[in-house]
Formats: sequence, C-alpha cells, structure tokens
Amino acid sequence: MSFINKPKVRHPDLPTNELGLTRRDYEGAMSTLCAGCGHDSVTSAIIQAIWELGIRPEQLAKLSGIGCSSKTTAYFASGAHGFNGVHGRMPSIATGANAANKSLYYLGVSGDGDSLSIGFGQFAHAIRRNVNMLYMCENNGVYGLTKGQFSASADIGTKSKKGEENLQAPVDPCLAALSLGGTFIARSFSGDKDQLVPLIKAGLQHRGFALIDVISPCVTFNDHVGSTKSYEFTREHYQEAVHADYIPARQEITAQYAEGEALPVQLHDGSRILLRKLDKDYDPTHRGRAFEYLRTKLRQGEHVTGLIYVSGNVHPDMHEMMRTSDVPLNQVPYDKMHAGAAGLAGILKRYA
Amino acid sequence: MAQPATTQDRVNDFVIKLANVNGTGSASANTLLMKSIFRMGVPVMGKNYFPSNIQGLPTWYEIRVTKDGYVARSGRVDLMVAMNAETYQKDVREVSPGGFLIYDSTWPRSTLLTRDDVTILGAPLARICNENFVGVRNRILMKNIMYAGLLAALLEIDLEVIRQLLTESYAKKPALVEANMKAVQLGYDWAKANLPCPLPLRVQRMDKTKGHIMIDGNTAAGLGAVYAGATVAPWYPITPSTSVMDSFRGFAQKLRVDPETGQNNYAVIQAEDELAAIGMVLGANWNGARAFTATSGPGISLMSEFIGLAYYAEIPAVIVDVQRVGPSTGMPTRTQQCDIMLCAYASHGDTKHVLLFPSNPEECFQMMPLAFDLAERLQTPVFVMSDLDIGMNDWMVPEFKWNDAYRPDRGKVLSKDEIEALPKFHRYLDKDDDGIPYRTLPGVSPKGAYFTRGSGHNQYGGYTEDSQEYQVVMERLSRKFKRAKTLVPPPVIEATGTSSLGLVSVGSSRGAVNEARDILAKRGIPVDYMRIKAFPFTKEVEAFMASHEKIFVVEQNRDAQLKSLLTLETDVPKSKLYSILHYSGLPMTSKEIVEAVVAELGDQRRAQVAAVAAT
Repeated sequence: MSFINKPKVRHPDLPTNELGLTRRDYEGAMSTLCAGCGHDSVTSAIIQAIWELGIRPEQLAKLSGIGCSSKTTAYFASGAHGFNGVHGRMPSIATGANAANKSLYYLGVSGDGDSLSIGFGQFAHAIRRNVNMLYMCENNGVYGLTKGQFSASADIGTKSKKGEENLQAPVDPCLAALSLGGTFIARSFSGDKDQLVPLIKAGLQHRGFALIDVISPCVTFNDHVGSTKSYEFTREHYQEAVHADYIPARQEITAQYAEGEALPVQLHDGSRILLRKLDKDYDPTHRGRAFEYLRTKLRQGEHVTGLIYVSGNVHPDMHEMMRTSDVPLNQVPYDKMHAGAAGLAGILKRYA
Repeated sequence: MAQPATTQDRVNDFVIKLANVNGTGSASANTLLMKSIFRMGVPVMGKNYFPSNIQGLPTWYEIRVTKDGYVARSGRVDLMVAMNAETYQKDVREVSPGGFLIYDSTWPRSTLLTRDDVTILGAPLARICNENFVGVRNRILMKNIMYAGLLAALLEIDLEVIRQLLTESYAKKPALVEANMKAVQLGYDWAKANLPCPLPLRVQRMDKTKGHIMIDGNTAAGLGAVYAGATVAPWYPITPSTSVMDSFRGFAQKLRVDPETGQNNYAVIQAEDELAAIGMVLGANWNGARAFTATSGPGISLMSEFIGLAYYAEIPAVIVDVQRVGPSTGMPTRTQQCDIMLCAYASHGDTKHVLLFPSNPEECFQMMPLAFDLAERLQTPVFVMSDLDIGMNDWMVPEFKWNDAYRPDRGKVLSKDEIEALPKFHRYLDKDDDGIPYRTLPGVSPKGAYFTRGSGHNQYGGYTEDSQEYQVVMERLSRKFKRAKTLVPPPVIEATGTSSLGLVSVGSSRGAVNEARDILAKRGIPVDYMRIKAFPFTKEVEAFMASHEKIFVVEQNRDAQLKSLLTLETDVPKSKLYSILHYSGLPMTSKEIVEAVVAELGDQRRAQVAAVAAT
C-alpha cells in the first residue's frame, strides 16, 4: 500500500470535546505535501475547528477538486466521506450532494488554480445559489503540482521563481464573492491559526455559502523574494480588519468590549459571531463599503484579513429557494414519490 | 384545366404534409388534426420538422394516417397543405403522383407551379379570416385553425371530435373554444361549398386506437423519472432534451409536493452548464439520491470528463441523451442516432458505459426506472439513448402500465448496522466475485467513510500509483462490465425460423424496419429482425448474428456507429454486416430500407431467398 497511515497512538490525557472525541479522532491520512506547506497549517486549523464544534465526523462531507489544496481533504476527518472530483468542479459536486442531503456539513477545499480558472464559473454559481457550505480557497498564487506557473490570483508585479513577472490583473476571490452576493466572506492566513479557527467554525455554522480565502504560501514555488504570496511578504503586508470570535449557542458573551468595538452577528442555530473591528473605519456588514475598502487595500499591496463581510440579514439558501422538504431528499420514502398504477391511468387521460 | 388523374380511394391510408411558418400557431392546428383522426379510432403518425428558430422560418408537419398502424414515414406525400409561399416550389415538387395540394388563393400566384399529375386546390383562407376576425396575431392563428376545418370537410373528419378536443385543450378558457370552432366551421363550410368533398383520401372511423395514447418521448422520460424515484434533477437547457426536464418538473409539481407542508420532494436545478449539471448528478448520487440529467450530443461532449470519473470512482448516474444531428452544433432540431460511439466510450482512458435504446415513448417511460436500477446495481453511468424523433414527436403507443410491486433496486449500499458489523470497510473489494463492490453513503457511519477519487486507487479505496494495485481495480471494472451483459435487457428478436437474412437496429429506426419487413415479406423476401435494447451486447445478440448469413444494420448516422460497435464488441465477422444508413436529419422511411435490401440482394439472390421461403 502506497499511502501512509498514521500510527494510532493516543495519549490518555488528550482533551476531549462534547462527544468525547479527541483531536486525533479528526485527523486523516499523513500529508504528502512539501514540508512547511501552508496547506498543512490550514488542515490543522480545520481539525481544531471541527473538533471544537463537536461535529460527528460522519456528519461532515469533504469535497475538493484537483491540485495540492484539493489533496488536503484526505488529511483530516478520516471518519468523513471525501470526494476528490475533477479540476475546478468541486462546487457542482457539493451542490448535488447538498441537494441530496441537506442535513450534513459540507466543507469544500479548493485552491486558486482550481477555483479561479476552470472553476471560476462553478465558484460563482455556487455563491449565487447560496449552497449551504464552507468553501475554503487555499490561495498561493501558483500552480504547484505542475511546477510553478502563475495562477489567476497572482498579483501584478509578482515574480515567479524563475524571475518572470506577472503582468495580468489578478482575480480576487473575495472581491468576486462580494460582487456575486456572497453572504459570508473572509480572508485569512495559514500562519494565523488564532484568526483562522474561529472563522472556520463560523463559516461552517453560517447558513448559506461561506467563503474563506486563505493565503497559504507555497514553500517550493512561491516563497521567494519578489513573490507577493510568500510567508515573509504576507506577514509584512497582513492587516486584520475584523477579528471574528465564534460563540456557541449555549455560551454567554463574558468578555467586556468598549462601546462600538464589538458587533455580534446571530447565526441560524443560535450561535453568534462576535466581530471585533480592528480598523474602526471599517463596516463589515456593508457590502459596498467592504468592496471599496478591500479594493483600496489591495491596490496598496495590503492583504486585508478577517471576516471581510457578513450579511446581517437572512438570505434563503439553495434549499429554501427550492422549497425542498425538511426530510433530506435521499431519505424520502419511495411510496411518496409516485402515484402508482391507479394514479398513472389518471395522468395519462389527457394523452388518450 | 383538366383534373389530373387522382389516386384511387385511399381510406385511412395516406400522408398529409403541412408546410407552414414557425411561430404562427400551426403546431396547434396540426396536433388538432392528428388527434382528431386518432380519436376516430384510426392509427396515426405525426412528425414535426421545425427550424432552430423562434419565429418566421419554414416548418413542416407530416401526418400519416395508417390503418395498419405503421409508425414510420412511408416516403409518400398524398396531400400537401402549402401555407408557406417561401417553400411553395419545393412543396409542390414533393407531392406524390396522383396527390393533392392545397394553397391559400387569397393572393394570385402568377408563378404558380402546377403539375399535371397533382390536383391543385385553392382556398382563400387569409381573405375569409380577415373578413371574420380582428387583430393581426389572431388572424394568423385562426388562419391555421381554419385549414383544419377545410381538411375536416375534405377528409371527412368528425367536427364533433374536433370540438371535443378544443374543449379539452381550452378547459380554462372557454371563449377560445368558440373562436377556434368558428374558424374550423368557416373552413369546413367553405370547402363543402367550393371543393370536391370528400377527396378519395378519407378518414373512416375504426377501432384501432383503444388502449393507446399519443405522447412524446421526452414527456414519457420525465414521467418515468418521477416513477423511478428520482429526486435531484440538475440540467442545462439544450434542444431537443429540454422538455424532459419540463416534464419531470411538471409531474413532480403534481405528485411530489407534500400536501401538509407544501414542501417539494424533488429538486430541479438549472445548472450553469453541462459540466456543472453532471457534477451535481454525481454529487447527489454519491450522496444516495437518485439523480439524473437530460442533454444532447454537445452536452455529452462537455460532460465526458465527469463521466469518466463516474466510471472509475463507481458512482451511479442516469443521463438521457436526446440525440440530434451533429457534428458540432449541427442541426439542433433534426434527428439522428449519432452519439452511439460517443456514449459507449465517453471520456479519456479505458471507459465503457451501459446504454439503453428506447424505440418509442413507451420505452422511454419504462427504461427510466430500469436505467436507475442498472446504474445503482452496477454503480456506473447509464445512458438512455433517445433521439429527437422519439423525444419531440407525439407517438401512438399503448397506454403505459405500472407494476405497483416495483421497488427501486438501490444496489449494494451498506446500512449502518452492516457497516458496523464489518471488521473494516473497503470500498472497491470484489467480495461477491461479481465485479461489483459495496458502497456506503455519507452521514451513516464513520466506519463506512472512504475517499472517492478519480486518481489511482487500490481495491481498499486508498490512493495508489502501484501498477499492480491499479490493474486489480481496472480488471475488476472489466468483470463488472461483463456482468452488466447479464443484467441489461436482451434484444427483441422476430424470426421466421427460415431466413438467413437479418435486420438489426436500435431506437427509433424500429418503425421503419417493421414496415420494411412487411413489404419485403410480401415481395418474397422474409427477413428476421433483432432490435437491440442495450449495450453491452448480450449473448442473444451474438447468437442472432451467428445464426444469420447476411445482416443489415440499419441506423441513422453517416459512419455506421452501431455496426462499428458490433464489430468491436462481438465476435461477428465484419463481412457479414451491411450498412443501411440514413442521416438526413429527418426520420427514416421504410422505403429506403426496402430499396437498400433489394439492391444488395440483387435479382438472383432474391429469387433464391424466395425459393427458400416457399419451401
């Protein structure tokens, strides 16, 4: 067998979540990515978030496309079904899977290559449909598996490892999602777990499509001087505008915040996101201003992070728009599906 | 002008062709005429030849009145209703000798083409219409309904039957019944007073349509999907498949809305393109719903990458391919059977797929539950190979029957208890030695979790780049496809027991072949018939070809795709197979088949066959 299994050795004192499961229960196969890859940090943040949320592994469906990022769904939650589809088309698989069973959590992991070129159409339409899922774009500006070509998110002026300069305008997934009506749009950095973990938790609990674009440096092909998605550049030009804390439904908000500093946003299950604005001029619930702010900062070469936009209003998700039954469609009993022989005769009358 | 010699009495056995302009309501008039004849107990066939256009281009409708119940085109035109000045020259040429042509004589036609062997009848339809109706749009619509009345007088179609049909059509708008009936009566009365009614072509009541319905294949397939228990239906609109989803949605709105909650037990999702439509189908089937899509050739091309993933990762899927003329955009509103090879091997790498070939709307209905059963039993995509002729024309077929004992075959899906009783679950192990592994659904048990991937995997479900591990899975997939041969429906064989000649076809060519066999038999050439219903080919297909010396493969494409597939996938020697090809985009006629068989056999051979048949 050529895939690597992790040894299942457990420390008896490992902390457990409300289901009695340890973080180890949410791990997956051993990563085969390069040492130091940002994606592995994201994987670790995902494990932390779903463990903290206490999601049963089988209640999660992991979906991905093709590329380094898409491999990572194998590296967490081995008790969850995973689907590694074709390039750029994870959103359609997620949409179909979600249509079939609305009762699961859907976590899509993609990358800039997968999402912003061949997958751009599906990415856009999943947002328009407001498919209830968390979509994570592990964004490193480069094609790793094919050895270092620019991706569509590469910034103007960024240099490839061979010294070539990118002259084409980048596609920014957050700006795109804002323009398409996305209801939960965040950006983070693989190196900032404190920021990323609550965002993942909030994104999974958000009803509808949640996007987290994670700058996740490629240590092999895009971590050099001249790259705008290297660890060093990201750390230097990293600006958290809004910090989001995730507060479960049962938990009281105990910390004290100054007037106007903290903004709670209610999620459908009663849990809340507590937004702490680090830039006081910023309003993360105003789509137009969020767009303008993000664009301005991008022009200045700054990576704005945090929960960039969250809608304060309730938007119908795909199922609500389609008025599908509360019983997941894959569990509707067959006798409720048709009218039998007697009903058929009635249906066919108008064709006689 | 002296009247040309007309055909002898042709009661319940003639062809009407109606030439018109699309977007003028002619379809309603034509359907009304056809349905009236059907309601008089006389079998009919209707074919609509329409342009890929919304309004203003030529359109034709062909109605064959056929006491013998033949469902194919005969190749004749006995009565042409030439309502389109633009195509008049072509239309007049097409009338069979001894036939009739009716035109709108409101405007004199100086260049009017006549033929000595055709009776030309003028009727000032536009003028009568203008005198009796107001409004431009209304006049155009009513002019077409008026020729239905004209034909009712000429062909002795019962006006009460027409009234009844209009009453049913406009049950919610009774005023329209009267307006339409007025137009019918105007045409009828004018014909009675001015034309030689009735013509030798006449309709006489029979009792041969009882227990039958007139329905198109797309409506039937949509209804079949509802009865099959399909719940997720993602698609992207494309002619000529769009009405499959219209039908599914329509019937689902009737049968799948929970009366208590008002919630839908179905989801129709209009995808952004075919790439997404098939992705959604796979996602939903992977997650345990019955999901399908409907498309046509260009859609299959786009879906091919995902179809390969479904084959390799073993995900059920049902794809209705309503074939249209290719290559490329081709002629979207014309019919062909040109996706046979494409679908049999769709996608890169070694892939093979199960195909079902419905021959009429009845089989479109029946084959939808079958397609889902096969897709789930075999965990693979199944194609329902319809075509525009079946899908968009109303066919006279026996009323569909439903067996209330039917339960969907969900295949080898492990329950929670079954999963938890296993020492360990392995997705792609051939535990039953039939090539078909067990699968689990998300959300059921963490012990059943596995990773679905299109990349190399071993029989345990793990990623692999190991040659042997890869081959173990690929070889099992081959065994699974062999297993499919025992699960798909066998061909329908009609054999005389004495003929060494065989005809082979799939899908909509059936009607033309049936009639051609009758004609050939009458000429002393009995020919056996095998109608293939599925790919992979079953052992009965092999046996039929082994037991016949000369086999005519009838199909509607240029490149003999069915013949190619037979030579690739059976042991039949290529030298035994003769192609009869038709790829004009119009449905095939029986005449072509008869002529091709006769030409191939030659006089001497024909005599031999006749002698053998006589003994």
